[in-house]
Amino acid sequence: MKSNHPWWKPDGLLIYAILYLVFIYLPVLFLPLFSFNNSTYITFPLKDFTLKWYAKMINSPGLLEALFNSIKVGLLVAIFSTILGLLAAKSVTRYRFKGRGPLVSFIMIPLVIPEIILAISLLILISQANIPLSLWTIGFSHLLLCIPFSMLILISRMEGFDKSLEEAALDLGENPWMTFWRVTFPIVLPGIVASLLLTFTISFDEFVLAFFLSSTDATLPIYIWSSLRFPTKIPAILALGASIFVISFFVVTFAEWVRRRGVKLESTSGI
Amino acid sequence: MPMLVLFTLSFWIQEYLDFIRTFSIKNYLDFFQKPIYIKILFKSIRMSSLVTVVTVLLAYPMAYYIAFRVKRNKLVWLILITVPFWTSYLLRVFAWKIMLGYNGVINSGLKSLGLLSEPLEFLLYNPTSVVITLAHAWAAFAILPIYVSLEKIDRSLLEAARDLGENPFMTFVRVTLPLSLPGVIAASLLVFIPTVGDYVTPSLVGGPSGIMIGNIIQSMFGKAQNWPLGAAISVMSMLTVTLMVSLFLWGTHNFRRRIA
Repeated sequence: MKSNHPWWKPDGLLIYAILYLVFIYLPVLFLPLFSFNNSTYITFPLKDFTLKWYAKMINSPGLLEALFNSIKVGLLVAIFSTILGLLAAKSVTRYRFKGRGPLVSFIMIPLVIPEIILAISLLILISQANIPLSLWTIGFSHLLLCIPFSMLILISRMEGFDKSLEEAALDLGENPWMTFWRVTFPIVLPGIVASLLLTFTISFDEFVLAFFLSSTDATLPIYIWSSLRFPTKIPAILALGASIFVISFFVVTFAEWVRRRGVKLESTSGI
Repeated sequence: MPMLVLFTLSFWIQEYLDFIRTFSIKNYLDFFQKPIYIKILFKSIRMSSLVTVVTVLLAYPMAYYIAFRVKRNKLVWLILITVPFWTSYLLRVFAWKIMLGYNGVINSGLKSLGLLSEPLEFLLYNPTSVVITLAHAWAAFAILPIYVSLEKIDRSLLEAARDLGENPFMTFVRVTLPLSLPGVIAASLLVFIPTVGDYVTPSLVGGPSGIMIGNIIQSMFGKAQNWPLGAAISVMSMLTVTLMVSLFLWGTHNFRRRIA
């Protein structure tokens, strides 16, 4: 296939790819642009440059509380979802038992139903059981949503490595727990990191479940949703969006750096 | 378990703040007798189908470009595609409100350039703006599965087709496209299923004419305070979505058998 087109005869697909990037970037780039604009109204022409919306963001207690709640819920969900996903992935890949297929598809159900249906089902269940709505109910619903993702990531990682490594450790006299800790765990570590990152991100950004299952404690998406109705609050929200974007950029870069280091270590250790 | 509860509740009746817990099909009668629910459900299905088609059609050439034309730095392209999706979903949708609004980027931009004297009102608050916003918000979910299935294709098959005298277009139609269908199917489902129930986008950019079934369900559990009817509408929506997905899978299965 010809890939080196002469410059006077532009490649149609390349032009399309660039236009596509413009389409997916343009709307999103207006958010940080207007977060530096010295006007409450999000409209052209731009006024002068300002950082006051960032100052306002840092000084609004409701926003910081919601951010803190989201981080709390996200961390707990990420840890528990990864642990449960790890156990489920281990039993699914290591033991052949009856009903394994149906069990896996049962756990995957939250992936194939619209979120709003999951949300109202849980709302009915929780209210019929007389459990008060709180951050815990949000966390629980996020856990249901995240476990399938953890499982998918960890199953694919576990299927990739040789079972005989574990058997060798057991034969050499390690107990099952130490075998897991010294053999299985290091090998699936990249999967664990990926699962933690993905589930934290899902929970952090999740709005629909949190909307139905929250009481007075808001998570960040709920705070954003309620602020979108007040024009005066919007610029600070844009500042927040831009900040989260920059932070997640560094987190993803860092994760990629860790992953590459892991790959290098693996290839130099001679396995 | 939650599904079972949903199903049970749909047969109860709401009276003021309590449920009457006797079996009743009143909610389903309501659903079928008031044309508004079925109308909006079908409208949601139509809009989501359109979103799916638009998203997949727009995504395919992009995925094709990354899989076949980009030789080095594929990862950079993939990251470039996913970066916009690190912003919160709510803000991505809100970004379109900023773009299309009465005093939005397009209107105020064109006005300050002197190309427009009055803002265009037809940009926001209609089904089209919902479709555009959703097609943008779910783009990554379509590109990635299609890219994966294109990347898996054995390049020697393409060379074989070319050597046997097919032109590039027919090679694409008879080799590349059929082999990438699993990715297209996965992408379609990944976009279709969540967008049917979405109520964030319609309530931010849809206006009264852009309402979808998610808004109705949400209002039954909020302002309208009729949980059982909301549950019945949810059950019907889920049945319809399942039916649509089965039809789609059956259709694509037959299609693949025919061209194989």
